[in-house]
Amino acid sequence: MAFKKKEATADLTDSSAVMKARNLQQTAARQRIAHICGKTMTYTFLLLMALIVIFPFYFMIISSLKTTEEYRRSVPTLFPMEFKFANYLNVFTDKDFQFWTLFRNTVFVGVVSTLLSLVITVFSAFAFARLEFKGKNALFAALLGTMMIPGELFTITNYQTVNDFGWMKSYTVLIVPFLVSVFYIYLLKQNFMQIPNELYLAAKVDGTSDLKYLWKVMIPLALPSLISITILKMMGAWNSYMWPRLVANDDAHKLITNGLRGAAFVDELGNTDYPRQMAAVTVVSLPLFLVFIFLRKYIMKGVSRSGIKG
Amino acid sequence: MVDTRKQWKAWLYLSPAIVLLLIFTVWPIFNTIRLSLMEGYNSTMAANPYVDYEFPFGLGNFTRVLEYPNFLTCLKNTVLLCVITVPISTLLALLIAVGLHSIKFLQKPLQTIFFMPYVTNSIAIGMVFAAMFNMVIGGSTRPDSVGIVNNILEALGFDYINWTNAGSSYGANLAVMVVYIVWNALPFKILVLLGGLQGINKQYYEAARVDGTKKSRVLWRITVPLLSPMLAYVIITGFIGGFKEYSSIVGIFGDTMGPAGNPYRMDTMVGFIYRAIGKQEGTASAAALILFGIIFVVTMINLAVSKKKTHY
Repeated sequence: MAFKKKEATADLTDSSAVMKARNLQQTAARQRIAHICGKTMTYTFLLLMALIVIFPFYFMIISSLKTTEEYRRSVPTLFPMEFKFANYLNVFTDKDFQFWTLFRNTVFVGVVSTLLSLVITVFSAFAFARLEFKGKNALFAALLGTMMIPGELFTITNYQTVNDFGWMKSYTVLIVPFLVSVFYIYLLKQNFMQIPNELYLAAKVDGTSDLKYLWKVMIPLALPSLISITILKMMGAWNSYMWPRLVANDDAHKLITNGLRGAAFVDELGNTDYPRQMAAVTVVSLPLFLVFIFLRKYIMKGVSRSGIKG
Repeated sequence: MVDTRKQWKAWLYLSPAIVLLLIFTVWPIFNTIRLSLMEGYNSTMAANPYVDYEFPFGLGNFTRVLEYPNFLTCLKNTVLLCVITVPISTLLALLIAVGLHSIKFLQKPLQTIFFMPYVTNSIAIGMVFAAMFNMVIGGSTRPDSVGIVNNILEALGFDYINWTNAGSSYGANLAVMVVYIVWNALPFKILVLLGGLQGINKQYYEAARVDGTKKSRVLWRITVPLLSPMLAYVIITGFIGGFKEYSSIVGIFGDTMGPAGNPYRMDTMVGFIYRAIGKQEGTASAAALILFGIIFVVTMINLAVSKKKTHY
């Protein structure tokens, strides 16, 4: 076989060197065309997909600025003919939506649960990362094991528990049951472990207390992880829907997502007034956009390891 | 040797987490199993101070749930959504990630755009999708506005479809959910796969280029096998998330989880559990354990398959 091939090549070289050069040139040109075609296809695909991904956001914003009449046109406009900012004014004054109450409730629950959660997470992660105690590894493995269980399984009993505690329709019920996140402990423990143990031992020799060491050395070094946890936790409060709906869906404690889904935004005839609804959706989405623009890297750091939201 | 004072300290630091976990995580695990085995358990009857109900011990809750038509609808919806959306979103995410990885111009802005759906409120954006598919019914035979998606379909020469309004078909409802769930699932998958691609040694591609290997062959013979751990990861998390689908459906259809006149048509297992909470705890517990069982088995199958198929 190999011999035959050699013969054939020899024949080719015999016939003409010019032809071979031309062949090479043609191959190069063909490759270049294939390359350009490939790039064009790649860009077309990516741009099309990007358009699909971004379109709902665009639709939300243009719809929120349209008049109801314009929104209902059979031939839609891709840009509002006139801006109706009153839709946004309505979001803040709508008696049915109660934006400010919802906003205050959500921020309060978010801030308090984030702070408490951070304290609990820091101490637990510190114990797992730096201290030695009997059954440490078994306990940590058991904690990680609970991450496999779907949260709905806990909710059934937790509903009864908070009811027995008399916590229904309070801020407590929105904050306390979710203060401990095994995932956050895991995330921070990994981060703490990267800090050399020698620093801790040196601090011990100097007579520094655990708390001081934690505050002065570990927390500053693990700050990016702590910021990630803060953002995820705040977003969790902003986006939570199921649990608040079950346990605190009264006007005084309702959170923003429940308020948004529950509010009617209807006109006098009882039809949904989409521009007003889209304005409310835009307002609720705005803080998330800001987080996305300014704090994206912290979220990406957290999510690439978990696959969960909030 | 570990000194006892330090042991004591470690437990002190862990105590808030442990107390809360015992109440809100460990106890529910045991209690859910207990309730699931108490036939017909419901808290209202159990709390009745005058009558001392005895709930017989047995598997009655499980058999009853599995014979319940509502539950079977939920099971069907959940499985269908999972089986349809996970492959579509994984394939699209793979193509997008490979595309993004191969370009330089516009790579960063495109990457940012593809990550955008991640940082959203799934109820709020679900309402946007609902508006995009919704028809505004007017007085005439044809709706006032057929919705932007139908406008695009008509521009492409198709008929408009009743996606989510009263009288819409199950297939149309399902299609809307698939579009929304895939849209929602893309960013995380792209992020993970792109991270994986950046970790692949360039030498493999150099070798393929020298050999003049076709692009599609490079994708299936080099990229996919080397990316298999990441692919396994996004598929497994995709299935786990898919079986817990709930808020995306509430986002599109509202609390009734179905089009007008057909409530709970798109209900899912999590939806079923949530509606039984505070009323039928025995049934809810059985359903939750079935859900956990399904997720566990599917994850194990995925892991077993990926172990065989995952290279290196």
